[in-house]
Amino acid sequence: MVENSGNIENILGESVVLTRKDKLLNWARKWSLFQYPFVTACCGMEFMSVYGSHYDASRFGAEYPRFSPRQADLLFVVGTISHKQMPILKNVYDQMSDPKWVIAFGACASTGGFYNNYATVQGIDTVIPVDVYIPGCPPRPEAIMDAIIKLQDKIAKTKYENRESVSDLKGEENE
Amino acid sequence: MSKQILEKILKKFPSDIVSSHSMFGNETVEIKKESFYKLIEFLKDSRQFEIDMLVDITCVDYPYQSNRFMMVYHLYSTTLKHRVRVKTALLEENPTIESIVPLWESANWLEREVFDMFGVIFKNHPNLKRILLYDSFKGYPLRKDYPITQRQPIVGPLN
Repeated sequence: MVENSGNIENILGESVVLTRKDKLLNWARKWSLFQYPFVTACCGMEFMSVYGSHYDASRFGAEYPRFSPRQADLLFVVGTISHKQMPILKNVYDQMSDPKWVIAFGACASTGGFYNNYATVQGIDTVIPVDVYIPGCPPRPEAIMDAIIKLQDKIAKTKYENRESVSDLKGEENE
Repeated sequence: MSKQILEKILKKFPSDIVSSHSMFGNETVEIKKESFYKLIEFLKDSRQFEIDMLVDITCVDYPYQSNRFMMVYHLYSTTLKHRVRVKTALLEENPTIESIVPLWESANWLEREVFDMFGVIFKNHPNLKRILLYDSFKGYPLRKDYPITQRQPIVGPLN
């Protein structure tokens, strides 16, 4: 038995849990990352291995893929994005409902990688905002799990009122 | 067999052949632009050599030369298994050449690719537009003077 020590949760006999609303929201969000895999290149093989049973991404609540961006929270951009591909990626990103997060998976999605040429977008962050970058060509599965954990930390620290909404981002582009 | 082709070509176009050589069963002929179409037509229609396949069309950019663009055509006989390579130099200020789509339908996309990457104009091509890149792309990226750091604006609904 816990003694009544002035803590209101104890006074109420542990029948209620008190927390802040944004903490509760962040807790719920960080353990239910429905991800949309946008797979364009060889990093996809590594992505598949991470999301297989061996590495068990469901430990992070991030296992379930939604193949409609409208139902997804987390956009995995896996692989090289060419200039012709970028409008499609942007379209997918715009279709996702807020709150949403983006992980740039591998060197190509993060910076263009070694494709320093006329056809490749030099990092998806030139067009859409990115939350976590995963280096590697392709990244090890451990790096991907580390990225998911880092994203969870980021979500946990999110101040509810501070997060930029989609309309804010669009406003910036129009300027 | 393929050496006979070379001899026959040299006999047929004595004044138009710029150079030719034969190595490892590959016959190469460089011909003046004016007679190029006639040569391709001759090779295709010649029953004796049975050349029935256009393998590839490509282009090589030799910067700092007035004959800057070297068109390269690879022809092959699927029955007799021999190859002929036909080359034609194009001037830098006028990179145009006759399209061979009337002879080989498969030349359609190959020529569009060369147009896309090098800006070579193919006369009488049925649909000469970019094939891999997008219409708003500026410049020809496989030319040697296309800067490696040049960036194009992102296409599509963004702009």
